[in-house]
Amino acid sequence: MRRDTLRQKLFTRRAAILAGGQGLLLAAIGGRMYQLQILDSERYTVLADENRISLRLIAPVRGRILDRFGIALAENQQNYHLVVVPEQAGDVAATLDALGALIEVSETDRRRVLREMRRKHSFVPIVVRANLGWDEMARIEVAIPELPGLSIDQGVTRRYPFGETTAHVVGYVAAVSDQELDGDPLLEMPDFRIGKSGVEKSQDLELRGTAGTSQVEVNALGRVVRELARVAGKPGRDAVTSLDMAMQEFVTRRCSSEQSVACVLLDAVTGDILALVSSPSFDPVPFSTGLTSAMWQELANDPRKPLSNKVIAGVYPPGSTFKPVVASAALTAGVLTPQTSFTCPGYLQFGNATFHCWRHGGHGTLRLHDAIKKSCDVFFYETARRVGIDRLAAMARRFGFGDLVGVGIPGERPGLIPSREWKFATSGSAWTQGETLIAGIGQGSVLATPLQLATMVARLVTGRAVTPRLVRPEGLMRPGGTPAPDFPFLGLHPQTIALVLDGMNAVVNEQGGTAFAARIREPGFAMGGKSGTSQVRHISDYERSRGARKARQIPWKQRDHALFLAFAPVGAPRYVCATVVEHGGNSGGGGSAVAAPICRDVLLEVQRRDPARRVPGENGVAIDDTVPNRAGVPGG
Amino acid sequence: MAGLTSDLGHELSVLDKLCSISWGLVLLVFIAAACGIAELYSAADGDMQPWAATQMVRFGIALVPMIGAALLGIRHWFRAAYWMYAVALALVVAVDLRGFVGMGARRWIDLGLIQLQPSSLMNIALVLALARYFHARSDEDIARLRYLIPPALMVLIPAMLVLKQPDLGTAIMLLITGAALFFIAGVRLRFFALMALGAAAAVPAGWHFLRDYQKNRIYTFLDPESDPLGAGYHILQSKIALGSGGFFGRGFLNGSQSHLSFLPEKQTDFIFTTLAEEFGFVGGFGLLALYTLMIGYGFVIALRCRSHFGRLLGLGIVTNFSLYVFINTAMVMGLIPVVGVPLPLISYGGTAMLAVMFGFGLLLNVGVHRDDHLGPKGETQLG
Repeated sequence: MRRDTLRQKLFTRRAAILAGGQGLLLAAIGGRMYQLQILDSERYTVLADENRISLRLIAPVRGRILDRFGIALAENQQNYHLVVVPEQAGDVAATLDALGALIEVSETDRRRVLREMRRKHSFVPIVVRANLGWDEMARIEVAIPELPGLSIDQGVTRRYPFGETTAHVVGYVAAVSDQELDGDPLLEMPDFRIGKSGVEKSQDLELRGTAGTSQVEVNALGRVVRELARVAGKPGRDAVTSLDMAMQEFVTRRCSSEQSVACVLLDAVTGDILALVSSPSFDPVPFSTGLTSAMWQELANDPRKPLSNKVIAGVYPPGSTFKPVVASAALTAGVLTPQTSFTCPGYLQFGNATFHCWRHGGHGTLRLHDAIKKSCDVFFYETARRVGIDRLAAMARRFGFGDLVGVGIPGERPGLIPSREWKFATSGSAWTQGETLIAGIGQGSVLATPLQLATMVARLVTGRAVTPRLVRPEGLMRPGGTPAPDFPFLGLHPQTIALVLDGMNAVVNEQGGTAFAARIREPGFAMGGKSGTSQVRHISDYERSRGARKARQIPWKQRDHALFLAFAPVGAPRYVCATVVEHGGNSGGGGSAVAAPICRDVLLEVQRRDPARRVPGENGVAIDDTVPNRAGVPGG
Repeated sequence: MAGLTSDLGHELSVLDKLCSISWGLVLLVFIAAACGIAELYSAADGDMQPWAATQMVRFGIALVPMIGAALLGIRHWFRAAYWMYAVALALVVAVDLRGFVGMGARRWIDLGLIQLQPSSLMNIALVLALARYFHARSDEDIARLRYLIPPALMVLIPAMLVLKQPDLGTAIMLLITGAALFFIAGVRLRFFALMALGAAAAVPAGWHFLRDYQKNRIYTFLDPESDPLGAGYHILQSKIALGSGGFFGRGFLNGSQSHLSFLPEKQTDFIFTTLAEEFGFVGGFGLLALYTLMIGYGFVIALRCRSHFGRLLGLGIVTNFSLYVFINTAMVMGLIPVVGVPLPLISYGGTAMLAVMFGFGLLLNVGVHRDDHLGPKGETQLG
């Protein structure tokens, strides 16, 4: 019995220890629960919400791009996709078969859908057909009750109503590339498009808008259970360009008579670019939706460079169109007066080199007025020699050469105004006076874009540092007008400007002027201008001795460029046009023959329309009734 | 049928036995099972299908063996103890040989009606067998090492077989339950020191038995934040669910973590998380209190029993039950590695329900037959 009590005591003690151990374990569990559910509860509640709440972006509607009167150059178009949700469809293959009876479902589409279905969660919609036509839509809508899982989804694509006509200005949008990711989560959305060139690119941030957000509850697989909250985004703002679509179309049609043209039309007072045409152009649509390599090769290898915006990115020796700059520099420096006369025998002997005038027989003795009118090279060799390269380069820079104009779309090139420092830095040798003479007729190293040439004329006719612009921050043209930008004065003496403009008037409107044939005969619409030819290749003495060759004997790529700068009306200049016809020279008369008629037609048309003073709603603002037929336009 | 006589010499009728059943404990079992069914209803997004209804039927069926086990004379259980152990061991071996391969682990025998998981029955059988063995041993025997070798093998053999299935959770449960019975049987503490040394030596060998996923679970337990989307994902999501429940919980049917599928196995091993997310600290602590009450009840029943067999059996079953509770809740709270042990009476699962209810039946039996005397060989001894 004693043994039994001992055993009993041991058992009781051990059982108590066991009970105590289990009590401790349960207490540990209770303590852990207290820690998780009371002490750390807040932190875990946040984590639970982060788990279940997912922030989805709602893409904002991209702003439109408009012309100055509100005509859309880029807009958004609704389009419709047919999507299938596999979990609602059940048997997707059978659904596709049924669909095949209504619209055409290609074998590749079918295989793609079935493949995607295996890769994705069954609640993720899969696009069966993008961009449904109206009749297809109608047929599906009627049959949709018998097609479980199928639905029609709306999407938005960018549309360019004027296509090629505005491609260089408006640009295009395309999928975001990795380099463009800047932290804006919008850019990481699938199917989001970003401006890749033109106004679409330069105004991208404005056009893009800000994303809205939708707070949704998702489960562990990412399926949306319900929407908790929604913050509306801000749609992108419309960008108003300075273009007048009627003029843009007119200029485009007019330029199509030549192989390769850059033409820009300015409002000289405001700097508004009314038309900017680089011909030939390209269709922006494939750039948004996907360009085939064959299409790309064709565009990239075209010698007429359709992808390049030649108005801002084409650099040409300005040739004789540079002479007003030389004259302004000489008059300002006081090395030339209206009475200063030089004799042109057809060449100028300088040191042991001979500098030729374009006119073999020479111009005889002439003053500034006739020198501009007849574009005498010898006169300007001598003038440039007297001015010197330093003062000439300084004046050129004042007119906007040698630097970016800052027009508001990407791709501009600065051109080149040579100087002593530039020469030494690039070649290591000193500047020679012969190079000053060459620069005096806009050849040699001098390079300018058509936009810079137009800027020069706008600055000359206004006396102010006009800067062209493509985007109007003040928006659409309004009744009562908007105040013109207050450009600073250039600091040229009014007499200097008057003398140079007088010469440019004579170029067009006096018998013997280089562009007399291209004058505007309609009273009150007359233009002034300056012709130019820029050599594409050096003319050897041998060729010169054989005399000028006929244009058709020279390969197109080697022909000279034809240039013409013009302003109108000649009494109170408002509109400026610069035209460069690539390889359009060598047909006799240089810029006067092909480029001047384009300027003439454009300036006559723009004065009739007068888009600088018109406001929306006035008669004749709509496009169709104001653009004359091409048949009515004299060929160049 | 001399066995059906009490120490007072007259038989207890079935009615007497029914009356002496601890109905309070049965009530607690009912409450726990009801909590489980309610939570299974919630786990199915407020639907009796697919879990709650089945679980209800299983509970109803399992009541029969529970009451049956409580009413059968305790000496019958004494006699059947080794046989039952042998059958359970045979089933475990059968699972090892030709078990159903699921979840990368062979734990099931498909009996058509239910998929039997013998390792959970093994727990009860082991307690029965050890209780019988130690019942017959005198204090002098227990003090000698050679008498401890057979019961040690009775623990180690099924533990190794279960570990090979591989079912780490049940293997640990068998080992600890066995050790607890050694302890209360009065085995000297120096033998425990010896066993601890042996266990330390066996750990490197045991590591080889572990599958890669089990090793990963242990690595994950040691550093859960290292791989939040991989192996550590489940335990992190479980802690988030528990923590976000807070004091009062998110409300019945409103646990976002479980309803949005962030929780794994929300109807089986992680059901405590589901419950504590929806009912908060109040609900979780309440369930824990319920379990504590049941364990305490079990201790009282066991300690009031006169026969050594009955006391050992009762304490073994209670200890086994509390191990289930502790391992499961500690696992979902990130206190111990994820080893795959269900929460008794709450988790969805047939065999576990059956085994736990059968265990409670034996516990009730100990209570009913608390005054029965058993000789060293199970014969009736008159006091």
